[in-house]
Amino acid sequence: MEKYRIDRSKGLEFGLYTLGDHLPDPNTGKRISAEQRIHEIIDLAKLADQAGIDFFSVGESHQDYFATQAHSVVLAAIAQATSKIKIASSSTIISTSDPVRVYEDFATIDLISKGRAEIIAGRASRIGLFDLLGYNIRDYEELFEEKFELLLKINEEEVVDWSGQFRAPLNNARVLPRPQKGSMPIWRAVGGHAASAIKAGFAGVPMFLATLGGPASSFKQTITAYREAAQRNGFVPAELPISTAGFFYVAETTQQAQRETYPYINEGMQVTNGRGYPKQHFAQGADKRDVMNIGSPQEVIEKILYQHELFGHQRYIGQMDFGGVPYEKLMNNIELIGTEVLPAIKKYTAKK
Amino acid sequence: MKIVGLSGSRLGSKTRTAMNFTLQSVTEKYPDAEVSLIDLADYDIQFSDGRSYLEYEGDTGFVTKTIMEADAIIIGTPIFQASIPATLKNIFDLLPVNAFRDKVVSMLITAGSPKHYLIAEQQLKPILAYMKAQIVQTYVFIEEKDFHRKEIINDDVRFRIERLVEDTVVLTETYTKIREAKEAEYDF
Repeated sequence: MEKYRIDRSKGLEFGLYTLGDHLPDPNTGKRISAEQRIHEIIDLAKLADQAGIDFFSVGESHQDYFATQAHSVVLAAIAQATSKIKIASSSTIISTSDPVRVYEDFATIDLISKGRAEIIAGRASRIGLFDLLGYNIRDYEELFEEKFELLLKINEEEVVDWSGQFRAPLNNARVLPRPQKGSMPIWRAVGGHAASAIKAGFAGVPMFLATLGGPASSFKQTITAYREAAQRNGFVPAELPISTAGFFYVAETTQQAQRETYPYINEGMQVTNGRGYPKQHFAQGADKRDVMNIGSPQEVIEKILYQHELFGHQRYIGQMDFGGVPYEKLMNNIELIGTEVLPAIKKYTAKK
Repeated sequence: MKIVGLSGSRLGSKTRTAMNFTLQSVTEKYPDAEVSLIDLADYDIQFSDGRSYLEYEGDTGFVTKTIMEADAIIIGTPIFQASIPATLKNIFDLLPVNAFRDKVVSMLITAGSPKHYLIAEQQLKPILAYMKAQIVQTYVFIEEKDFHRKEIINDDVRFRIERLVEDTVVLTETYTKIREAKEAEYDF
């Protein structure tokens, strides 16, 4: 775990992530400027840092209603503005980028932040960027696998010899600068399907698992499949960190949390995915056994601890800003995380 | 209430004739309903390549978005090679998972032979159920002999279509009311 900068004695890490969505507030119909949105993301990372939150990450989506296409640039600003919090991408679409450039960027962010940067590489759930950046969606899988492999190789080896289908070969190439410790944590982003988790396990790569909604027990199956694949291929599952990511929101009562967040999630999904979030599913999300961490601080703490018991994961990150949630609400959340959620999680998960 | 009629093939006239009659019946009986017809013969639709329906452009984007905005969809389709036409299946493939959640879907089938009667039951309904449609269980099955020069000549068929229209609207109204009442209970 050391390689991935995870200190098990400190218990479950708690983080926040944003997709960098840039949506109108459904309650007012108004949308802030991209400039304001980007500044609010940077400020949110600062507040998270001050509240003692472990991790903050920003994603890239290249289409309407998003503002952090250049997520590594935003992360560089966050690196400069913060001092302790780990920072990462959630995720970097490695398929449509040059792994050499991505590594150069994130190694630089690691140096700016003095050893706090990580990469989470994903395949993209919104695929607008394939057209925009000149890639063929038919190569969706192979682009990811090949480029992800190269990214991992660059991380492991200072001098790289490599050849593949989608990029010019590298001969005795040195990819610089190197991160502070010579290498940095690189994770594979995994959606709901066990198939992708199995690939991550087979390669012995840490897994970031998206868990938006549904029973925790069904995500447990994906985690088990990941660990079994790692074991089968000669890796020690206990040495491979797992992180989960999903909706998060706390307010005084669970009902208030649901009321405050439902319109944002529903309308946000309607605009970005073309389907809203069914109320019935959202209502079920309040159940302790569901992965959606929306509720009163006490309810959410119980859920996170339940998930930790079930998954045995090392990090949980929450998405609370989706769909144009106003900044004051996010500040409230950080306050409640810092004073209630975080101390409880650490208290119950840290190794004494 | 937005009702979309979807005529599912690029070939022949029976389905379109039946759909014209159907939508005319909707307009006469329910003047407040917003009715539109998509006849796939009039559009140039690409094959599904797996992207989100929001990302298709031109005719493909127009058709998928129109269907996704509908409250009720009346599908009219012929039977080709003992199955639904590829043009209609492609529409389903273009749409997302659970695309018909909270939508009512009803069907009318035209066929050259009564031997095809169960094809909608065994091949079309399972697709609609998988896509989470509220299905009007009874469909109208119309044969070649019920048509003459682009007119329906069998009164029994006309009556059955009128009942299909009524069932579609009644189920949509009822289902919407039930869902709204249920959602109001959630209090968020």
